[in-house]
Amino acid sequence: MSARAKPFSVTALPGFTTVALAVFFLLYLPIATLVVYSFNDSLSIAVWGGFSLRWYEAAWQNAAVQEAAVRSLVVASCAALIATTVATMAALGTTRRGRFRGQTLIYVAINQPLMVPEIVTAVALLIFFAAIKVATGYQGLGYLILAHSAFCIPFAYLPIRARLEGMDLTLETAAADLYATPWQTFRRVTLPLMAPGIAAGAMLAFVISLDDVIITEFVKSAGQDTLPTYMLGQLRRAITPEVNAISTVLLAVTVLLLTAFFLLTRKRG
Amino acid sequence: MVKVFGSGDHALRALDDVSLTIETGEFFTLLGPSGCGKTTLLRCIAGFETPTAGAILLSGRDFTAEPPNRRPVNTVFQSYALFPHLTVAQNIGFGLEMLGRPRAEVAATVERMLALVKLEAFAGRRPQQLSGGQQQRVALARALAPAPQVLLLDEPLSALDLKLRKEMQGELKRLQHETGITFVFVTHDQEEALTMSDRIGVMSEGRLLQIGAPREIYNHPVNRFVADFIGETNFLRGRVAQDGLYLATGERVGAAPPSGARIGEATLAVRPEQVRLEGPGDPGSLSARVTQTVYFGTDTHCHLHLADGTEIIARLQSPPSGDVGLAPGAEVGVRFAEGALQVLGD
Ligand SMILES: Nc1ncnc2c1ncn2[C@@H]1O[C@H](COP(=O)(O)OP(=O)(O)OP(=O)(O)O)[C@@H](O)[C@H]1O
Ligand SMILES: [Mg+2]
Repeated sequence: MSARAKPFSVTALPGFTTVALAVFFLLYLPIATLVVYSFNDSLSIAVWGGFSLRWYEAAWQNAAVQEAAVRSLVVASCAALIATTVATMAALGTTRRGRFRGQTLIYVAINQPLMVPEIVTAVALLIFFAAIKVATGYQGLGYLILAHSAFCIPFAYLPIRARLEGMDLTLETAAADLYATPWQTFRRVTLPLMAPGIAAGAMLAFVISLDDVIITEFVKSAGQDTLPTYMLGQLRRAITPEVNAISTVLLAVTVLLLTAFFLLTRKRG
Repeated sequence: MVKVFGSGDHALRALDDVSLTIETGEFFTLLGPSGCGKTTLLRCIAGFETPTAGAILLSGRDFTAEPPNRRPVNTVFQSYALFPHLTVAQNIGFGLEMLGRPRAEVAATVERMLALVKLEAFAGRRPQQLSGGQQQRVALARALAPAPQVLLLDEPLSALDLKLRKEMQGELKRLQHETGITFVFVTHDQEEALTMSDRIGVMSEGRLLQIGAPREIYNHPVNRFVADFIGETNFLRGRVAQDGLYLATGERVGAAPPSGARIGEATLAVRPEQVRLEGPGDPGSLSARVTQTVYFGTDTHCHLHLADGTEIIARLQSPPSGDVGLAPGAEVGVRFAEGALQVLGD
C-alpha cells in the first residue's frame, strides 16, 4: 500500500509563502511609512530629513487638534457606554432562552448598521436631525453621541452575545437552587461571567466610534469636528506631517484597545 | 404527579402518575434507563420544573408553587455547575451567603465542609484547577453547606472513572450517615443503586414500576422490565398451578408460590446464580446442553440450551483452576435453587 493521501492544506500550495508575504507587505507598508514619516524632521512628506518629534509637539499645541481630540473622546466614551448598555440588554434578551419566532429578524434588526451602507444611514440621520434641530433649536453634541451609539450597538452586541452563548445555563439554575433570588443570580453569577464580553464590546464600540468619519461628517453641526473629520479637513487644504503624527497616535490607541479586546475574548485553554 | 412536555400531538408524558413518599434521613435511589424521567422528577422536586398536575410536599408543607430559591432542597448537578469565577471556598459558602447568614457563620461552615470532603488545602483554588473527583466533592460540599432537608443528586458519579467512583460511593454513604440528610440519588447504574440505597424506585417511560429495598427489588421484581433491568435474569415460559410451578413443556420446577400468584400461564424468572448444574439425567433435573462458557474471573457464565429451545445462563463460581470443565456440547442436568423462581406479571 502507498502512503495515505495527505489532507488538503492551503499552506502546501505552490507560491503560498510569496503571496502571503506580498499581502502582509501591502497591508503594513503604507502604515509603516505613515508612522516613520510622522517622525520626519522635514516639512515635505516625501523626503526624509532626520528624526524629530516636532510634528507631535505641533499637534499637541494646536488648539484645534486639542479641541477635536477631546470631542472625539467625549463622543466615543458616551457612545460606547450607551451602546454597551443597550447591547447587553439585547444580548440578555436574545440568548437566555431557546429559539423563538422572529429570532432571525431580531438579529438582523440589531445588526442593521453592519449591513446598511453607512452613507445611507448618514444621509438619513442628516435629514432626520435637521428637522429636529429646526424644531428644537438644540445644536449640541447630543446628535453625534446618539448617532454613534446607534451604529456602535452591533459591535458591542456581538462579543457580548458570544460570551453569553458560551455560558453554562445550569450555573444560573445552581444559583437559584442555592437560595439566590433572580436579581442576586444576575448580580452574583450572570453579570460577573459576562463581564469580559461587556468590556470587550465596550472597547470595540469605543474604537469604532473614535474612527468614524462618514456619519460624523454628515451629522455634526458647525464647529463640531472630531479628530478624523478635522484631519480630513486639513488634508483638503495641505498635507502636513502633523496629520501623520495624529494618525500614529490614533493607531497606537486603537492597537492598544484591540489587543485588550482580543485578550478578553480569547478562549481560556 | 404528572409532567407533560409540549402539547397536542407532540406532548410527551415525561412523568406519568408518579406517586412517591420518601422518609426523612433515607437514601433513596431513582433507577431507570436513559430518558425515563429521572432528571425531570428531580427538577420538579427542586423547583426548576412545574408539574403539570400533582403536588410536592415536604414535611407536610406544599412546596409546589414555591420557586427553587425558597425550597430547603439542594442539588448536586450532573455537570457539577460550579461557579468558575469563585474560589472553592466561595462556591461552598454561596448558599449560606444568599440566605443572609452572618459572615462568621459562613466562614465556620465552609471550614467544616472543606474538612468533611477533605479539601482543606484547596480552599483558595478555582474549580477549573481541580480534578474531576475534587470538583465533585466541591459540588457536594456546596449543596450540603446550607444543611438542606433534602439533597438531590443527579448521576453525580457518572463522570468519574471506576476506581474514583467506588471511592466516592463510600464517601457519599459516609456523608449521608454523618449529616442525616435525606438523599435522593439518581443513577442508571444498577450496581450503584443496589449497594448504596435504603430503597430504590425503578422507573421506565415516566412511570414508577416498583419501590422497595435493594434485596426486595432484586429478589422479587414485579415484572419483566424490573427483573431485566436489575441484574441478569433468565426468563422461562411456564405455568402456575395449585401444586407447583411448571415449565411450558410440563416439567415441575418448583413449589407453588406462597400466595397471590394467578393460576395459569406466566413468565418465570430465575437469577443465573440460582441455577445449579448436575449430572445429566439426575432425577428431577432438566436436561440441557452447554453451548458456551464465558470466563469472568470470580465466576464463569455457562450458556445452556434447554430441551424446549430456551437459552439460559448459569453463573458458576470459578474453581481454582479457572476451568469449570464444561465443553460446548456437554450434556448436563439443570435444577433451580429452592424458592429461586419468581413469577412475573407482564
Ligand atoms: N425541557 C424539555 N422539553 C421537552 N422534553 C423534555 C424536556 N426535558 C426532558 N424532556 C423529555 O422527557 C423525557 C425524560 O427526560 P429526563 O431528562 O427526565 O430523562 P432521564 O431519566 O434523566 O434520562 P438520562 O438518564 O439520560 O439523564 C425524555 O424523553 C426527554 O426527552
Ligand atoms: Mg438525567
